[in-house]
Amino acid sequence: MKYLKTIFSMLLAMLVLSAVPALAGEDLRPELKINRDKGDTCVEPVEIMRKDHIKFLLHKRDETMREGIRTKKYSLKECVNCHANKDDQGKYIPVNAPGEFCSSCHTYSSIKLDCFECHATTPRESTTWHPADPDATRKGAAVDMPNKQTTTN
Amino acid sequence: MGQKTKQTTELANKERRSFLGKAAVATASMTLAPGVIFMGMAEAKPPGKPADEKASDKNRWGLLIDTNKCVDDCDACVQACNFENGLTTIHGPETDAQWIRKVKIRNKATKKISYLPLLCQHCEYAPCIDVCPTGASFRRKDGIVLVDKHICIGCRYCMMACPYKARSFVHETITNQVPDVPRGKGTVEACTMCVHKIDRGDGSTACVDACKKYANGAIIFGDLKDPNSNIAKELTTYQSTQLRPDLRLNTGVRYRGI
Repeated sequence: MKYLKTIFSMLLAMLVLSAVPALAGEDLRPELKINRDKGDTCVEPVEIMRKDHIKFLLHKRDETMREGIRTKKYSLKECVNCHANKDDQGKYIPVNAPGEFCSSCHTYSSIKLDCFECHATTPRESTTWHPADPDATRKGAAVDMPNKQTTTN
Repeated sequence: MGQKTKQTTELANKERRSFLGKAAVATASMTLAPGVIFMGMAEAKPPGKPADEKASDKNRWGLLIDTNKCVDDCDACVQACNFENGLTTIHGPETDAQWIRKVKIRNKATKKISYLPLLCQHCEYAPCIDVCPTGASFRRKDGIVLVDKHICIGCRYCMMACPYKARSFVHETITNQVPDVPRGKGTVEACTMCVHKIDRGDGSTACVDACKKYANGAIIFGDLKDPNSNIAKELTTYQSTQLRPDLRLNTGVRYRGI
């Protein structure tokens, strides 16, 4: 009985293994959309960035927030500045949108990407505010106007 | 004449700054030599600290608000703050984040009405930091009180502890944040004294800029520890007060005219 079990599991393993080459023919790794206009190299070689980008980000985040060191290298803001692509209309696509730079790898490796629950996913385009600017509210300024409130219920 | 020359020089410096900034960025993308870039930035921004330098206790950033210059029917500071920090209205004023709000106060005896912007007072002995169970509320060396949202658990003790009601809780999922100001659901937030602008060397905050440009210039920003700064000189020369001085929190935001 014991032998039967072993043989059976070996057979099963062989079956699985034989299926692998069939899958390997197709490359499942995501194709990264990288904007080459911004330069061909990242802040570290690709192999290091793939493995260690989160270490750099974690170290940098505490330095920036607690101590006010705002160098650009390893800053998440600069990651987004470089890696956010534009669509046909010239509008930025969020880096965590399906198929975009961050999400393509994170989906592939099924690792939750929670940076962007708080952090901006696109570079900021308009940085000056003017009270006469009719777009001010649309661009995101919360103005104390009762009739401008949007309620869902 | 002297004033004019000063203005022109300032303008020239500004242009020089932006040029150097661009030059530094160009160098960055070509050579990837960060040490060199940031020395360049340091030269380019005389009023602020270099980007690679830590915030230091040699400074204490503060605001002085002259309530005599603050008028009714104006919310330039509030709007500028909202725009700068990407605060959007979601379910109306009851639950929206308010980092700065206009307050109307009336002296019961004299019936004198004053208006003032109320914001995080950036206390030296901040009650929010005392009560925070995770260490998320903290005070930077240069006196700015901030929330580390990576470790904030959203318990809101700090909101209870703050005598100025300066902090807000984010109830909703936030999108379209501003790159310099990360904000997210389930965390507490408050005025950061535009810490990203200070670190950049702008030498002012969004509310100060807006008040100067569109209203009476009722708010002054500066370094309380630098005796030559505008704010320190004003505080030395004229009477001013802290809100609730009886609490002895040594606030970084001072008021005049109340």
